[in-house]
Amino acid sequence: MEFMDQIFVNLKSTVLTLAGGFLPPWAVILLCAAISLGVIAVIGPVTMMYLTLIERKVLARMQNRIGPNRTGPWGLLQPLADGIKMLTKEDIVPKNADRIVHLVAPILIVIPALLVFAVIPFGKNMIPADLSVGVLYFLSISSTTTIAIFSASWASRNKYSLLGGMRAVAQMISYEIPMVLSVVPILLVTQSLSTGAIVRAQGAYGGWGWFVFTPWGFAAFITFFLCAVAECNRSPFDLPEAESEIVAGFHTEYSGMKFALFYMAEFMNAFTLSALAATLFLGGWQGPWLPSWAWFFIKTYALIFIMLWFRGTLPRFRVDQMMNLAWKFLLPLSLINILVAGFWHFANPPLAIGGSIAMLWASGWIFTRLNRDYTPEKRTYLFGE
Amino acid sequence: MRIAVSDASFTPPRVQGRNTRKGLTTLSMMPPLEFIIKMGIYALMTVCVAGALLSVLFRNLFHAALALTGVLLGIAGIYLALHADFLAMIQVLIYVGAVMTLVIFAIMLTERFGDASLRQFNHQSWAALGGGILLLTFLVRMIQTTPWPVKNQAALASPAVTVVQLGEALLGPYVFPFEIISVILIAALIGAIVVARKDLEA
Amino acid sequence: MIIPLEHFLIFAAVLFVIGLCGTLVRRNIVGILMSIELMLNAVNINLVAFSRSTSLDPVTGQIFAIFVVALAAAAVAVGLAIVIALYRVRKTICADEISLLKW
Repeated sequence: MEFMDQIFVNLKSTVLTLAGGFLPPWAVILLCAAISLGVIAVIGPVTMMYLTLIERKVLARMQNRIGPNRTGPWGLLQPLADGIKMLTKEDIVPKNADRIVHLVAPILIVIPALLVFAVIPFGKNMIPADLSVGVLYFLSISSTTTIAIFSASWASRNKYSLLGGMRAVAQMISYEIPMVLSVVPILLVTQSLSTGAIVRAQGAYGGWGWFVFTPWGFAAFITFFLCAVAECNRSPFDLPEAESEIVAGFHTEYSGMKFALFYMAEFMNAFTLSALAATLFLGGWQGPWLPSWAWFFIKTYALIFIMLWFRGTLPRFRVDQMMNLAWKFLLPLSLINILVAGFWHFANPPLAIGGSIAMLWASGWIFTRLNRDYTPEKRTYLFGE
Repeated sequence: MRIAVSDASFTPPRVQGRNTRKGLTTLSMMPPLEFIIKMGIYALMTVCVAGALLSVLFRNLFHAALALTGVLLGIAGIYLALHADFLAMIQVLIYVGAVMTLVIFAIMLTERFGDASLRQFNHQSWAALGGGILLLTFLVRMIQTTPWPVKNQAALASPAVTVVQLGEALLGPYVFPFEIISVILIAALIGAIVVARKDLEA
Repeated sequence: MIIPLEHFLIFAAVLFVIGLCGTLVRRNIVGILMSIELMLNAVNINLVAFSRSTSLDPVTGQIFAIFVVALAAAAVAVGLAIVIALYRVRKTICADEISLLKW
């Protein structure tokens, strides 16, 4: 058990000890960083490749189909075939496009998606860099994606690209606010910004002290997860790339490997955001019986499955509905949630549990009622009937 | 500058026990690494200055905004080199994530004014350049001649300012400016909305 | 600090002067705002460098830098709102064409 739990950590330290035999200490430190970087650089793209397969398989099952099953057993080689296809496709740049920015944008969007892997605790002692400002690092690095999306949409010189880019940026900025605010209760309670410390703080009751089991943690988890789905532009928040309205949004004019890079960034964002949600609310690698890294991946993929489930069942939002959800429901709810977390921290247990559930339920009910009035009235179609 | 190698995630225990005393290795014990970091910081500074020049000189305003984004990211790296982790993250989150996004929004909304076909520089360019060089020589001269009260090396090795310390300072001695800032922010927010919204009857 | 304080100060001075020149030279108001951001950042580097190496309480400089960042964000929000309003009313955002208050 302990052996399986620390197998990757021991592997790395064995390699480093062997290298330490003939390398000076500074080179060992560099090698240590290089191994972490290498593992991330492999895990990121591989995750993305197989997420595409999982997505197609799961969606197919939800639609009563089988999904890709020709290349390899259960279609396991499908991502490889897709990758080769993408690589060999013609790279088309529109005539009026801004060539340099058009080239740089897909690279700019992949870099932050890879960088945020650095603070994700994959298991016990398996965090590539346990920064003291880990959560803030994640949020700030992932917020730079907006610039890349803007560049892509602007450089394409295409009205659908521009519309998609504007939508994407408006959506990402709007959902970033409730997302950051929903993390605040966790930071209040753990008194730390480090992802490693946040996971360790959830180790109570033999690995079951997850924050999602508290009232404020549950509300924050729902807020955070909805915002995460919106941040990576997935259905039902896929307005920026709504294919029935604006072709493919900001990556309309991209083909071949550049298009694949956009896809890669999107899937890696889905993975890292799910991983962060699992870290912050579902206890990260905490859990009984199984090795820590197994728990981490189970939780992360469960969240990814929920994202796919959303895509399989929910229709797309309208722009005003999407904005209303962020500004009129999630934002006030996450603000109230901060108060509730403080109340929970200082009140006695029976009062704390009852009081926080009552406060959250009441505010949720009030916000639902308030929002209901803003839905448009029944439309009359003058020439429709 | 000092790196805590005692962290289990950074270096495995066995390497640590062999190479270090007290579980901490100061960087000065490893000249090559110190050299790499030093060169890295200087390279970052060069990139920042180049990006700043480009952001002023680019005729296409969108390109200038991208160059400025690069400079702001580089400055976040400089903050990291100065052990101001929290400030570096704030820099990325606010400047790159919010301010530059707003700026690019404005550039797109006023698109034909940011285009390279339009004259982007006014007639005072050469005068401004001369004045700038004069000011720069003056500043550099002053920086070099002033005896800065630099702390001794032992004090410099003190650990970085933590987020907890910053929070305590913000809600302790600086609580009044902190509250003022929040008032200013809300006033700016409302003011921006009022200024930018369309007139109702027009 | 493995790099002497003076180098950080000179670096910040160079950035500041570049930003100043940009502010004086640009016609587009958005460009002027961008150059002002550059100048504010140069000042922030100075604040942090001083707080790291000279001041008695290392927190002070960083707190000031945080305040500067917050104020810069507010300034940009209001400034860009004015730019949008100007664009709507006067159809120009070139600083030298908006000269009603000049002799």
